[in-house]
Amino acid sequence: MSFKYDEAIDGVLPDVDRGELAAALRAQAPGLEILTEREDLRPFECDGLAAYRAVPLLVALPSTVDEVRAVLRIAAARGVPVVARGAGTGLSGGAMPLEKGILLVMTKFNRILEVDPDAGIARVQPGVRNLAISQEVAQHGLYYAPDPSSQIACSIGGNVAENAGGVHCLKYGLTVHNILKVVMLTIDGELVTLGGDSLDSPGFDLLALFTGSEGMLGVVIEVTVKLLPKPQSVKVLMASFADVVSAGAAVAKIIGEGVIPGGFEMMDNLSIRAAEDFIHAGYPVEAEAILLCELDGSQDDVDEDVERVGGLLKEAGASEVRVARDEAERQRFWAGRKNAFPAVGRISPDYYCMDGTIPRRELPRVLKGIEALSEYYGLKVANVFHAGDGNLHPLILFDANKPGEMDRAEALGGRILELCVEVGGSITGEHGVGREKINQMCVQFNYDEIAYFHAVKAAFDPSQLLNPGKNIPTLHRCAEYGRMHVHKGKLSFPELERF
Amino acid sequence: MRRELDSMDDSAALIAQVEAARAARTPLRIRGGDSKAFLGRKVDATGIDTRGHRGIVQYDPTELVVTARAGTPLADVEAVLDEAGQMLAFEASAFGGGATMGGMFATGMSGARRPWVGAVRDFALGCRVITGEAKHLRFGGEVMKNVAGYDVSRLMVGSFGCLGLVTEVSFKVLPKPRSTRHIALEVTPDEARKRLAQWRRAALPIAGACHADGVLQLRLEGGVGSVRGARETIGGADANEAFWTQLRGFSLPFFTDARPLWRLSLPVDAPNAALPGDALLDWGGAQRWLKTDADANEVRRIARELGGHASAFTPGVTDSPFQPLPDPLMQLHRRLKAQLDPLGIFNPGRLYADL
Repeated sequence: MSFKYDEAIDGVLPDVDRGELAAALRAQAPGLEILTEREDLRPFECDGLAAYRAVPLLVALPSTVDEVRAVLRIAAARGVPVVARGAGTGLSGGAMPLEKGILLVMTKFNRILEVDPDAGIARVQPGVRNLAISQEVAQHGLYYAPDPSSQIACSIGGNVAENAGGVHCLKYGLTVHNILKVVMLTIDGELVTLGGDSLDSPGFDLLALFTGSEGMLGVVIEVTVKLLPKPQSVKVLMASFADVVSAGAAVAKIIGEGVIPGGFEMMDNLSIRAAEDFIHAGYPVEAEAILLCELDGSQDDVDEDVERVGGLLKEAGASEVRVARDEAERQRFWAGRKNAFPAVGRISPDYYCMDGTIPRRELPRVLKGIEALSEYYGLKVANVFHAGDGNLHPLILFDANKPGEMDRAEALGGRILELCVEVGGSITGEHGVGREKINQMCVQFNYDEIAYFHAVKAAFDPSQLLNPGKNIPTLHRCAEYGRMHVHKGKLSFPELERF
Repeated sequence: MRRELDSMDDSAALIAQVEAARAARTPLRIRGGDSKAFLGRKVDATGIDTRGHRGIVQYDPTELVVTARAGTPLADVEAVLDEAGQMLAFEASAFGGGATMGGMFATGMSGARRPWVGAVRDFALGCRVITGEAKHLRFGGEVMKNVAGYDVSRLMVGSFGCLGLVTEVSFKVLPKPRSTRHIALEVTPDEARKRLAQWRRAALPIAGACHADGVLQLRLEGGVGSVRGARETIGGADANEAFWTQLRGFSLPFFTDARPLWRLSLPVDAPNAALPGDALLDWGGAQRWLKTDADANEVRRIARELGGHASAFTPGVTDSPFQPLPDPLMQLHRRLKAQLDPLGIFNPGRLYADL
């Protein structure tokens, strides 16, 4: 099954003449910027998952709500699908265009409309970059908490669509915990406000439902985010372990003792070496695992917790515990972790990043499983892990120029996700399903649950014009995938132990 | 050793009742302890009782997650967590003893800590639900981060049982604070809001701020050092926990007033003076309890103009206890109800007349 939109499985799309559609849009919205030339469309053919490409039918770059509404109404009238996109940094192909669809690029909606430092809120347009919010409100001693690794470039509209996380989720939550209100346009061009200026709203919690819906329910027009006061003190500890299992046990011990770190990350030996070669963060390259534990809050509380956590790490078998002496060293400790992906990129021509989550107690079993799968497929896997909240980012190393390696990497990735589901976890913690994990949805959810998701979708977008082929597989796709998987009553790879 | 709760899986019987209701086209009124039955519109339907379906399914303190069946008494779960030094941090509102986990989840009402740590929906990780088609489905799970599919669990929180019968819920739990102190300060409500804004930006460890009878009651929670420091910064007089227990149980003198009770959810900076009747300011200003004889439409108009909404907590005051929704939003509600509960089996009319 290819990543490309398959009308036989994903649903039939109408054939539309590009020139005629562009003319209709121009007639309806004279100021709307539209791209139709192949060389102009090419830069939009993929998001952050660059292996998944398709050139859109046309690109619309609206700058007003009326222009967005015009695009949606014309699309709805003609049955043309619409894929909304922000900065295009997503890692699951959620903004991959459709060859027969409009790509609605929201980057011109880039204004911060209002900051209220007393109420601790900011009202922003969807194209505003995540980091730009924190930069704007820094003068008031405030910041916006969710910090996906792409925060320098990713936009808040996309953050809402993906329910973006970051390294501080365990303590500060995901996007859904940090927004108050979303104004969105439905496929019919109706402007709807979800949530509000108060902490809750009457009726169903459609704000929560909408967050993380991957552009399937509506188009984000405006977002009100919550701002937090910057913590007075931030300290980070780095602990080295001779094996990954003890490092995992240390995480459970610290959380069980009542400490909720701001960030809590684990890296395995392959990641440590790659990061150290690249960044020279001062990582212990002999360690089988390191933990980075960041504590933030008031000066007194942080000092108290640094003592406590340092002791617990040693008790749990850390061979060395270092507290970053100053801000520069703290930044260096983090630089290694934050650059783990590009660091791995230096030791392998290509890599493929997974995003499963698991109950933390299952870590030893899952790591053992990944090791066995890695051996079976003949591809190395580097493990980077948001240890505090059980979110794994195994990086599969491969070379796309070697015949078959890309397919093997995808198969290995799929197996890792299925392993996460087997132990009670999820196929995606923060990157989203998008196009990439569309088949694994059939593993995590049964037929009735998938049908239920379609019912939710039908309430918002009965003609299925918003981002078709993403997030929720058709029942037909799950049937096909099931057939591929269980061929003649046998599981694929029967020789592999099921973990 | 952790105490053992009574445990029983009664899901098969619940599914059978939903199937029967489907076959006979008769609606169901979902109930747990019925401690919040007075909220919302009256549902004239056969009762379906979740209390037989009870017990903790999974609790591992180091995972910070608890999963319990819908009929488990909330107080029992809180006691189990307490023994492990943990809590459901949103401090769900308590109206008498019988509240169940399912009812708490379905009504989604959070207590005094809500503005600082989050609401019921913020801690909800997953649920199992019997749908309008009598299927028993699972959404979300026991992991902190899970963005696969739509967030059905959080949609169910606060839906008052109008979309399905929730049978099992999973929540993130938090360690109890290491240090807690209570303070009372004599200030006007407007002065209280001004100071709260300053303290917020100074990141003081406030986890409760309620103004009643001319006194601002504050609760500080955090590490020993930060709580001690905040106590010095804020001043005022030492107080105790009793106020907060009474607030949670709606047993403060304020609530004994005979006039109808309203809950207003407002932006924190809404002036108290704009409200008709007597107001108790909770959530640092984001939630006001109002005792008033004012007409329901008048209360609604004021709440809307201030940027929030009002719910009637005294039965019979209005036919629509929850604030009516703008048209396009109501349309989405109707379509969602029609999709997820096509026969209109679950709690018809509880939230709004035509849902």
